[in-house]
Amino acid sequence: MTATRSDSVDAGMTLVVEDLGISSLVRDVSFEVGKGERVGLIGESGSGKSLTALSIMGLLPDELRASGSVKLNGRELLGASERELSRLRGNEMSMVFQEPMTALNPAMRVGRQVSEPMSIHGTRRDHKAAAAELLDSVGLPADAAGAYPHQLSGGQRQRVVLAMALANDPALLICDEPTTALDVTVQARILDLILSGTRQRETSLLFITHDLAVVASVCERVLVMLDGEIVEAGSTREVLTAPKHEYTQRLLKASDLEAS
Amino acid sequence: MTLRVVRRLAILIASVFVASIVVFVFMAVLPGDPAQVALGVNATPELVAKTRADFGIDRPLVAQYADWMGGVLHGDFGRSYVTREAIGPQLIDRLGVTLWLVGAGMLVALVIALPLGTLAAVRHRKASGTAISGLSQIGVAIPAFIAAILLVQVFAVQWRWLPSGGWTPPNQDAGEWIRGLILPALSLGLVQGAVLTRYVRSSVLDTLGQDYLRTARSKGLRPYQALFRHGLRNAAVPVITVLGLQLATLLIGAVVVERVFVLPGLGSMLLDSVAARDLLSVQGIVLVLVVGVLLVNFVVDVLYTVLDPRLRGS
Amino acid sequence: MQTRTRNTSVLIGSVLIGLVVLAALLSFFWTPHDPEKVNAAARLLGPTGDYVFGTDKFGRDVASQIMVGARTTLYVGVVAVGIAAVIGTPLGMFAGMSKRWLGEFVMRGNDLVLAFPALLLAIMFGAVYGASTLTAMIAIGIATVPSFARIARSGTLQVMSTEYVLAARSGGRSRFAIASRHVLPNISGLLIVQASVSFAIAVLAEAALSFLGFGTAPPTPSWGRMLQESQELLTVQPRLALVPGIAIAVAVLGFNLLGDGLRDRFDPRLAVGS
Repeated sequence: MTATRSDSVDAGMTLVVEDLGISSLVRDVSFEVGKGERVGLIGESGSGKSLTALSIMGLLPDELRASGSVKLNGRELLGASERELSRLRGNEMSMVFQEPMTALNPAMRVGRQVSEPMSIHGTRRDHKAAAAELLDSVGLPADAAGAYPHQLSGGQRQRVVLAMALANDPALLICDEPTTALDVTVQARILDLILSGTRQRETSLLFITHDLAVVASVCERVLVMLDGEIVEAGSTREVLTAPKHEYTQRLLKASDLEAS
Repeated sequence: MTLRVVRRLAILIASVFVASIVVFVFMAVLPGDPAQVALGVNATPELVAKTRADFGIDRPLVAQYADWMGGVLHGDFGRSYVTREAIGPQLIDRLGVTLWLVGAGMLVALVIALPLGTLAAVRHRKASGTAISGLSQIGVAIPAFIAAILLVQVFAVQWRWLPSGGWTPPNQDAGEWIRGLILPALSLGLVQGAVLTRYVRSSVLDTLGQDYLRTARSKGLRPYQALFRHGLRNAAVPVITVLGLQLATLLIGAVVVERVFVLPGLGSMLLDSVAARDLLSVQGIVLVLVVGVLLVNFVVDVLYTVLDPRLRGS
Repeated sequence: MQTRTRNTSVLIGSVLIGLVVLAALLSFFWTPHDPEKVNAAARLLGPTGDYVFGTDKFGRDVASQIMVGARTTLYVGVVAVGIAAVIGTPLGMFAGMSKRWLGEFVMRGNDLVLAFPALLLAIMFGAVYGASTLTAMIAIGIATVPSFARIARSGTLQVMSTEYVLAARSGGRSRFAIASRHVLPNISGLLIVQASVSFAIAVLAEAALSFLGFGTAPPTPSWGRMLQESQELLTVQPRLALVPGIAIAVAVLGFNLLGDGLRDRFDPRLAVGS
């Protein structure tokens, strides 16, 4: 609708999603994310945002099937073997989940969990030092490595999850409502870390949320999803100041963003 | 962590104490006079009185209990009313046989249940997973002694591969010892393996649905790697509870299997002592079995603490 | 898709239990032969039209013994589970409704009983009072009390934390009224599931005890004792072990399947998950 699409443009894109369909829940979803670009995906719960993210990662529940095309740096992901996908996950693409309370293994020390992407992909030998650096980069003290998840607060755990996701400097980071489960005061810090982390690494960001204020502060472009379809797309400024679709207008009205 | 273990240890000691009183009182209040039973109906009253004094059962119950427990704590379970031999050494001998049997049975159960239960969980949508579930349901319904009879029929009677019973001590002939242990261990282990398979399946299934497993896969682990590195330890916690209960079941189930295979274990000693109305022996054996069950429960509780960091500290 | 397998469980379980109950009921009015009648002329006959499952070493009809044996199995199960439910349920509810330390204390006592498994308890009873169907039933019943108490307590704790109970309590309703009007109806589902599972365990225990000679005394037919009597003839007549063995397995499978199937309908924890 808005962005012009051609093969030459595709080549420079980190993520290209075309005609993505997931069983009957998501239909005809197409969008692109450029290198280092931050794109927001908004919509209410059940609109298919999370499924879209999971299908990119290749982590859809067994009973769901994806169709269409998802390309990461020109490589087709849909239909790729589990072996190929597992090489990309945690390496070229990674994900931060909504629930920091359950996303970490309760029976494993944080340090090992943080350095695991590096040991899996063999990107670094010295796991201890790597874990310490990563934890430091998200503002956690070095002794957090020896802690178990239940000893950390929700915000601290989300930092750990973010550190894991950024461990191998991925080309694409997907954040699925990363601050929804957190206290308002903690949210801003996590968003800052996501921004600085992706900027440093020139990582492309696909940011899923239902919170327009968060989109406004993080994303350059926005996609609006409703009932499994993208109903509006454009720059954050365009969409939030002059929404075209009636659903986006309602979303905007419901939020307290209008004033600002 | 240590506080939890110490607290649990105190509970264990208290439980053993109370259980010993229960066993003692139960056996002490029984109708009939052990001395009269041991001597037969023709004994003179003087002889009965003398024997009662010999047995020490003419004294107050509290003194009798203190005596008995005092001895038990030193491994002295008293002398049999019937054979007049010391009970302790025989009991320890028999316990050895039973422990081998229980250990081998548990091994069989684990070897069956861990892979099959995990497989049934991973493939729970596929026919193979459903088949494992169905088979385990049927296995649960077959008691150990029926399994024993069927196994003997097939492997000992028809094919003559293995002995149908009897016991060879391991230091006498290790090969015969193992051959003699196979069928009893299978009888005990197959059924418990079926029970355990069901618990392993539901525990792994539960773990497969956890968020942290998805996180593990998002880091680049393949499904089975994620399950083994991150899932198994968490899945183990509920399975360990069942395992503890099963060890207790095996300990008692051994009584029946020992009878079928004519093994000189604690169970056959118990049944023989009951038949001979050798009540002091019964009392000692029951105490050992009950303490065994309590000990298993204690170990399970401590294992929890080791496996689940959330239970440690504070 | 879970509900379908659950319904299948309930269905198959009910059919299997139905078979056992039917055999037991029918045996009151009719059996092919007198199950206790020794007939030297008809010893160890194979299955024929007259003796469907053949005869044992005393010439007794196996089929008739199985039918009357079903009676023993159900009788022991009903009484044992009845004892366990009648003692365990109020105990567990009491533990769940009273002060924390008192509840803990009751549950510790409960754990202690758990250290005396049914088989061991029955052998102890048999040693002291002489083995009989009665001692077996009572022993199995007592050994099953803890599982009822546990389930009743955890159910009670859940119900006690709900808002309607809090409302009733602040409205000044007596404990007894809360227990009978709110707690018991709400945990009855859990108790029914427990009863079904316990019944299966009781059937197994009774069979094992009769097998060891600590259960039903001869000549009353019992599946466990039929198995024990078959043991010496295993080489020549494996059928004598198979028939009662299958009967026991059918009864146990039936109650296990029923309990499994009902669990999903009644267990609120699982219902939330699915």
